[in-house]
Amino acid sequence: MTWMDSLISALQSLKVNVLRSALTTLGIVIGVGAVIAMVAIGAGAESRVSELIKSLGSNLLMVTPGSVTQGGVRLGTGTRFTLTEEDAESIQRDLASIVLAAAPTVRGSGQVVSGNVNWATSIQGVTLEFFDAREWEPGIGRLFSQEEVTGAGKVVLLGATVADNLFSGGDPVGQMVRLQNVPLEVVGVLARKGETGNGGDQDDTVVIPLSTAKKRVLGDRQLRGNLVHAIAIKVSDASLMEEAERDARDLLRQRHRLRDSQPDDFTIRNLSQIMETRAESSRVMTLLLAAVAGVSLIVGGIGIMNIMLVTVTERTREIGLRMAIGARGRDILTQFVMEAVMLSLIGGIIGVTLGLGGSILIAELANWPMLIQPQAIVIAVAFSAFIGVFFGFYPARRAAQLDPIEALRYE
Amino acid sequence: MTAPLIQTESLSKDYSVGGGVVHALTPLDLTIGRGEFTAVMGPSGSGKSTFMNLVGCLDSPTAGRLLFDGEDVSRLSTDALADVRNRKIGFVFQSFNLLARLTAEENVELPLMYGRVPRGERRAKAVKMLGLVGLAERGHHRPTQLSGGQQQRVAIARALVNDPLLLLADEPTGALDTRTGVEIMALFQRLNDEGITILIVTHDPEVAEYAGRVVRMRDGHVISDERNASPVRAADVLGRMTAQAAE
Ligand SMILES: Nc1ncnc2c1ncn2[C@@H]1O[C@H](COP(=O)(O)OP(=O)(O)O)[C@@H](O)[C@H]1O
Ligand SMILES: [Mg+2]
Repeated sequence: MTWMDSLISALQSLKVNVLRSALTTLGIVIGVGAVIAMVAIGAGAESRVSELIKSLGSNLLMVTPGSVTQGGVRLGTGTRFTLTEEDAESIQRDLASIVLAAAPTVRGSGQVVSGNVNWATSIQGVTLEFFDAREWEPGIGRLFSQEEVTGAGKVVLLGATVADNLFSGGDPVGQMVRLQNVPLEVVGVLARKGETGNGGDQDDTVVIPLSTAKKRVLGDRQLRGNLVHAIAIKVSDASLMEEAERDARDLLRQRHRLRDSQPDDFTIRNLSQIMETRAESSRVMTLLLAAVAGVSLIVGGIGIMNIMLVTVTERTREIGLRMAIGARGRDILTQFVMEAVMLSLIGGIIGVTLGLGGSILIAELANWPMLIQPQAIVIAVAFSAFIGVFFGFYPARRAAQLDPIEALRYE
Repeated sequence: MTAPLIQTESLSKDYSVGGGVVHALTPLDLTIGRGEFTAVMGPSGSGKSTFMNLVGCLDSPTAGRLLFDGEDVSRLSTDALADVRNRKIGFVFQSFNLLARLTAEENVELPLMYGRVPRGERRAKAVKMLGLVGLAERGHHRPTQLSGGQQQRVAIARALVNDPLLLLADEPTGALDTRTGVEIMALFQRLNDEGITILIVTHDPEVAEYAGRVVRMRDGHVISDERNASPVRAADVLGRMTAQAAE
């Protein structure tokens, strides 16, 4: 009996009881479907997180004023600014061995106008370190010069979204725009970064020199002297993140003359770590659901084994007949294993189809990211075939070991 | 006489039941020549089925030897026995044993599948065999769409499809009405005329009258072995039946 013969025989006998075959495969369908959907959605979430980390800049510590309690509730946010440009310079200078860049920034929002087009966006006042820390370069045009940064140069870099909206495809470089009524020359457009994790558009911003922001554009009363909103610290290596965080904290406490009894008047957050934690918890979730899917696959396999045992009993005479006309034990074994494999494989294929359909649907409806992974499909199909072999083997071996005489006498 | 097809030498078969032993076949010596049409008769429990199972290579003896087509098959492995059955023996059962989900043609093809005959050749052979048993038109019918006699003809076509040396039939007419039974016997006689060796088990004396040799058994022994030079021709009986029905 060739493989082809076994395959055809298997399909012929499954066809006899379509409803039973369908119900038997249900466990596998659900298990495989769940695995496929979960992997697609899990992989989507993970890839979004890693994209996000990449777009924020990796190995980034974010220092903001105010402190954080144990529970994560920030106290006194924005009420008192404590960070200065000198703090940033000091971090960059004193921690040079582990810090690539410490970028002080101020933020605000305002209207940017070109001709008669008007666009409300966020404003970031930065030094040149910003571009190193965020790994963000102009896609077209140029960076600010050192003179423009220190001398409140009337220049601006547009985020890609702002450029699209103000110049709708035209070349903005060299054009004049008015930001909060201050005329600025567009020196470039920043490379496109895409969305943030929570759907915000990172490209909907304009970037100007820190001094320009403070002296000409924002005019925030509270932001006197050298105070800034935040300092972004780019650490030279992922393994040095904790060390950098500790050193920066010590340095800032010392600079702010905090006594041991006093709490920090700033907060340092490790962005990659936050993202990693999120990714990790989504991985844990995926694993957990995978375990559930695994259990349903095993239950599905046991269902197949059960039905195959029933089938073998029902078809005892057929087995006797096949043996009488020359089937060897191996032929009978192959035939019934093949039936079990067909059951689970068909279940697996239906499961893959439903799983993909389901995850596409969920991705559409819930606006979740999803990523179809071909390996997952191959593995799921192969695994369901394996389940067929594993759970089909015992019933098939029982069939193969029947005595032809007794099998033929079976009523 | 040519070389015998089947030769038993002190062939015996014991079954252990509970604590004791049943001697289903006491040492038995019997020779069946090629081309013979033999009927085995005897009361229930006399050992007919045991004998058939051994001759049919479905079972191995407790002691003694069984030569089939010159080969000692009494100590063969189960796989080797399966091959002997596939190549040299055709089985016909009282209850036909056709697979209900397959068509007549597919049922007839089954032994060829285990004989590893290429797919292309099988269908042609099956069609030819169905023609031989008078069912050329019924190849695509399923067993449930056929009468008992037709089903038994399909089973006979299946038994013949591998060109066996021996046709083994256990009560082949047991599930059929009288006339259909005679038709099947007529078919057996025609096949025997063409040279195939036939061994049937029956408890029906009328069926035995169509055989050229009648072996009677009791308690695992052969108690008589008679040859009949001019057995009743089933075709003639059919003719008479038709004439009677016409009156
Ligand atoms: N598988 C078996 N196990 C135990 N005893 C058996 C078995 N098969 C047959 N026998 C016994 O062997 C004897 C012969 O049985 P069998 O060959 O079936 O006779 P027959 O076919 O003539 O009715 C009987 O006594 C029967 O009970
Ligand atoms: Mg019997």
